Amino acid sequence: MITFILNNKTIRTTEHSGMTLLDFVRYEQRLTGTKIGCREGDCGACTVLVGTLSQNSMTYQSITSCISPLGNAHGKHIVTVEGTNLKDKLTKAQEAMKANYATQCGFCTPGFVVALTGFALSNSEHNYNTALDAISGNICRCTGYKAIEKAAYQLVDNLENQDKHTVNWLINNEFIPDYFETIPQRIKDIEAKDFNQPQGKFVSGGTDLYVQQADHLADNEVHLIAAKDKLKGITIEDKNCTIGANSTVSDLWNHAEINSYFPKLKQHLKLVSSEQIRNMASFGGNLVNASPIGDMTIFFLALNSDVTISNDHGNERTMPLKHFYQGYKTYDLNDGELIKSIHFKLPTNSTFFNFEKVCKRTHLDIASVNSAIHLTIENNNISEAHVSIGGVAAIPKYLHETSTFLIGKPLTSETVINANAVLQDEIAPISDVRGTSDYKRLLGRQLFFAHFTALFPKQFTLNDFVQHA
Amino acid sequence: MHKHNSNKALDSKLNAVSMSIKQSIKNLDSYTHVRGKSLYVDDVNIRQGTFHAVVFDSPKAHGHIKHIDYSKAEALEGVVRIFTYKDIPGKNQIGGIIPDEPLFAEDEVHFWGMPIALIVAETEFIARKARSLIDIDIEELPVITRAKQAKAKGSFINAPRSFSLGDTEKGFAACDYIFEGETFSNGQEHLYIEAQGAYAEPLENGNIKITSSTQGPTAVQKTTAQVLGVAMHKIEVDVTRLGGGFGGKEDQATPWAVMAALATYHLNQSVKLILNRHDDLRMTGKRHPYESTYKIGLSKDLKILAYEAEFLQNSGAAADLSPAIAERTLFHATNSYFVPNVETTVISCKTNLPPNTAFRGFGGPQGMFVIESAIAKAAHEIGVTPRQIQEANLLDENDTFSYGQIAKQVEAKNTWNSATAIYNIEALEQEVEDFNKQHSDFKKGLALMPITFGISFTNTPMNHARALVHIYLDGSVGISTAAVEMGQGVNTKMMQIAAQVFSIPIEHIKIETTNTTRVANTSPSAASSTADLNGKATLKACNALLQRLIQVASEDLDVSEDTIELKDGFVYCNGKKSELSWTTLISKTMLKRVALTENAHYATPEIHFDKTKEKGHPFAYHVYGTAIITTTVDCTRGTYEFDSVKIVHDYGKSMSEGIDLGQVEGALAQGIGWMTMEEIAYNDDGKLLSNALSTYKIPDIFSVPKEVEVIPVETKGHDLAILKSKAVGEPPLMYGIGAYFAIQNAIKAFNPNYNLKFHAPMTPEKVLLSLYDNQPI
Ligand SMILES: Cc1cc2nc3c(=O)[nH]c(=O)nc-3n(C[C@H](O)[C@H](O)[C@H](O)COP(=O)(O)OP(=O)(O)OC[C@H]3O[C@@H](n4cnc5c(N)ncnc54)[C@H](O)[C@@H]3O)c2cc1C
Ligand code: FES
Ligand code: FES
Repeated sequence: MITFILNNKTIRTTEHSGMTLLDFVRYEQRLTGTKIGCREGDCGACTVLVGTLSQNSMTYQSITSCISPLGNAHGKHIVTVEGTNLKDKLTKAQEAMKANYATQCGFCTPGFVVALTGFALSNSEHNYNTALDAISGNICRCTGYKAIEKAAYQLVDNLENQDKHTVNWLINNEFIPDYFETIPQRIKDIEAKDFNQPQGKFVSGGTDLYVQQADHLADNEVHLIAAKDKLKGITIEDKNCTIGANSTVSDLWNHAEINSYFPKLKQHLKLVSSEQIRNMASFGGNLVNASPIGDMTIFFLALNSDVTISNDHGNERTMPLKHFYQGYKTYDLNDGELIKSIHFKLPTNSTFFNFEKVCKRTHLDIASVNSAIHLTIENNNISEAHVSIGGVAAIPKYLHETSTFLIGKPLTSETVINANAVLQDEIAPISDVRGTSDYKRLLGRQLFFAHFTALFPKQFTLNDFVQHA
Repeated sequence: MHKHNSNKALDSKLNAVSMSIKQSIKNLDSYTHVRGKSLYVDDVNIRQGTFHAVVFDSPKAHGHIKHIDYSKAEALEGVVRIFTYKDIPGKNQIGGIIPDEPLFAEDEVHFWGMPIALIVAETEFIARKARSLIDIDIEELPVITRAKQAKAKGSFINAPRSFSLGDTEKGFAACDYIFEGETFSNGQEHLYIEAQGAYAEPLENGNIKITSSTQGPTAVQKTTAQVLGVAMHKIEVDVTRLGGGFGGKEDQATPWAVMAALATYHLNQSVKLILNRHDDLRMTGKRHPYESTYKIGLSKDLKILAYEAEFLQNSGAAADLSPAIAERTLFHATNSYFVPNVETTVISCKTNLPPNTAFRGFGGPQGMFVIESAIAKAAHEIGVTPRQIQEANLLDENDTFSYGQIAKQVEAKNTWNSATAIYNIEALEQEVEDFNKQHSDFKKGLALMPITFGISFTNTPMNHARALVHIYLDGSVGISTAAVEMGQGVNTKMMQIAAQVFSIPIEHIKIETTNTTRVANTSPSAASSTADLNGKATLKACNALLQRLIQVASEDLDVSEDTIELKDGFVYCNGKKSELSWTTLISKTMLKRVALTENAHYATPEIHFDKTKEKGHPFAYHVYGTAIITTTVDCTRGTYEFDSVKIVHDYGKSMSEGIDLGQVEGALAQGIGWMTMEEIAYNDDGKLLSNALSTYKIPDIFSVPKEVEVIPVETKGHDLAILKSKAVGEPPLMYGIGAYFAIQNAIKAFNPNYNLKFHAPMTPEKVLLSLYDNQPI
């Protein structure tokens, strides 16, 4: 039995746990405010909020309901646009959208309203930038966004630039309806016990699987793993970081200590999908999806990470991530095995990390080429180097040769230019919808150069690597 | 980055604009939109027992169908029936302009995604599963995906069209400079966020009601009747609103509605057919790709003396609206410029792509891209800026367009001069230059884009509309027109008109759904003219009612009619408020048995066009404007951002500054998208590769210009525009064309050896390859 609260109503359903949450709210519950634009997580029209109980209060995140399994709602508070409505007034988010002409055909609008309401509820910083991040997964074809931008800014002003508000404050100031106050207790009361997971495809966030095989998942048993405690958590011990495979990109984004080790982390993660998707997308899923352009995989490859794999019997093994991939979408994982966690050494004063990604559209797009680098510099010499690159081979590629070449070399433009020659020999891009092979080669070079201009701006500019006017 | 130099005049203008926007009327649907309570096709309450349908389409772009095996699909539990062309009681024909398009393929398929059958089942899921069980055997035939290939093979939709003015041969003979070249502009997916769909319900006596997400309810009605072989009055089409249209639902909403109706006809049960996104992308047509060649000739003082262009339109596998779109390419081939000698030809080439169709701008943008390319090329070769050439050739009062219309109330120079003055173009150019001197890793580029766009359906007989206005006996008002609300705010404008004429609060007025039983024989909501045509009809109906109300009031108050006025819900006599309220007046009118309903018809006066001569006066008026676009290109990564777009636009006298600004900003984003990131890709077999939102990218909130400023040009407005408020739907899209040239200018700043190419869209891939043109990696 899947048990959760949908808006102000308790749901107990025996529907198939692999059905999408979208289909459930729209067609089973007739809440038609949640729209369908793509069913692939790429438009945000189906955005809903997921509230999770932690220490007597709820934390809310936005997700795209079209690629989220119903079973993942178990024990949660799900909020659709209808669930944000006040009796006969507009909420602050709704009023901001209306006052700024941010709605035209209206089809994308509920998605924006829900995402903005989620923003008001969230514990994240409330400034103009974070407001836009909150709607980074929402596409509108009518407005050209300037009006929506104004609406988002108005909402930030309404929040009085304060980061955290109590539920009561939000209720009293007409951001949310008053039933939100009752939710924590009601979530406790419904006693959502873990339900038995059948044999079937492992699904974590579902953001890859539902894009690839939604019909199959709707028709077959699924094994939901998102709730498994042993796969959760980000811990730091002794300069080493361990990330549970179920942690999401947002978990990393929100982790204060990790951010202090990677000062540009948010800038980098902002290039990964959208806030809605980041709230669901797990690292385990990213690694096992084995896409040659998986961003987080490229990220962890350059951190020279290890992965720990466990099976049904609790046996574990650990291996370097760079040895995990065998060929296109094949990897070293047996039936019944799960990735449990990812480990890497944290950066120090003498290490430098950078991530680059270029796609047609800078945000919410899949890379044409992405790349990460992790260098240790001692006395202007490279003592350790790990370079990874995606989109130029059948697997997310750890550049063994290039990395080896860099080690022991002085940090000069000559080293970088020569390393690129090695890199070019190591990659074998093919032409596809994300670009021609010529383009990917050139882009591979440019992103490699970009690592050095980004990491050592005082030392290098583009001019040091390429000849032009 | 850095702020533009302070400019007090500009700031006060912008303040005034933002004030009037704040005060202007909001879209009347906003309240339900933001609460998720607005209803679209997929939201209507369906009847018990409703069936769901999925279209089975061709998995090849061209071939003979040798065999189709439906048996496994039919055997699947929950499948009700599969319909093919054999089940069509009337004609298997949906072509709007030319009857060349079957609803379902018979023996041959002409594009990948061409409908072959309709699977009806208890659920959509079952229908989709059944689809995967159909086996089809197709003997493949050669596939044409490009217009040039079609031309070489003589594959055309219809005869070419040519416009000509003056004598280009003589014109070129007098030129100091002549340049030739070719251009390509790709198609564009509409990507209305609400996919295509319809819901058909059986009524008594074999009548059918269709709820459709269409811009053209009459087209749906007429085509359904034709396919079912029944009279039009048996088919009722109702439209509440669209989740976006942009032209994509002008003609191409029809097949799905017809299919749903066909199944309803046979099964006597309601049938819902909503395309999923992949099906929609694969099966529907898009903006036409154009392959064009041009020849431009200029005098020493940069006057364009002669211009020739040949436009190869990639029409796809059937005519759809292609001939009309081709025509508009010719109408706008010289954009905002007066060229005394013009020779333009457009050829609609038949290929094996889905029939391409209307998309905001309707062939105009494709034409304008070519002349802007020609100007950029000429400027580059001569060694002047494109601005100098653009400026030297702007249209003037009484200039002749190549189609014979004399330009009147021209605002081309007015918008240009205002834009360059208010925004201080010299300072902007200087900023770009300084920036480029100081930075090697980033380069800025700037371009100006003037626009001139004709308003009216170029097919003169389509320029009409009707409005049916009821005043109910409690004083509330209901208005039906032919206008379809799809976000453009046309319902709000209709309401404003009635509220203004009757001088009653807008809450008293309701805009009804668009329904063929209330307003018949309509033109689609398209060509930016919906508000003009339907607004004028509404105005006429309201005025007729007002006249009758005044008569009743004058009798009641025993004063002469010319002393009477309706104001703020009361009758005023000689400027003084009387006791007689709006509601009392309505009751009295009712008691006097005076009609409280009016049906008005409006047809645009003055317009005409003779296709045998290709001359006439096809447009009620033109819309003008000028945009200045600035971009920054990241020369390491090949990516770009738009710093600002500064526009002076000719709204006439806007009825709602807020709604109209929304049209400008939305169209601009679409235009920039078309020119930059939106890349449609078919492989040589005619298979769509950009077949999902993950591979076809439209602008998101981070990719639109950082700053968009729009200042209305000071003008009197035009009498043929509704309340002098000019059409605004399409014209601003073409500002986006400037994006291409702005990026190109930035590339030139980085790589002076770069060979100008005119091949849109300018994707990050093309940018990067151009930045490093001819360099070893
Ligand atoms: C709109 C959209 C945009 C996206 N943008 C990006 C992007 O910018 N960059 C990017 O890299 N990716 C992107 N993705 C892909 C996706 O979000 C990520 O790959 C994500 O990390 C997958 O995680 P998940 O939990 O959703 O995986 P799921 O879909 O749940 O699972 C993916 C695969 O991993 C397996 N799996 C999951 N967890 C484990 C585990 N612990 N052990 C073993 N197997 C496991 C599943 O069985 C399945 O085969 C995008 C996806 C969408 C829908
Ligand atoms: S429907 Fe597009 S993101 Fe869910
Ligand atoms: S308002 Fe139409 S898609 Fe956003």
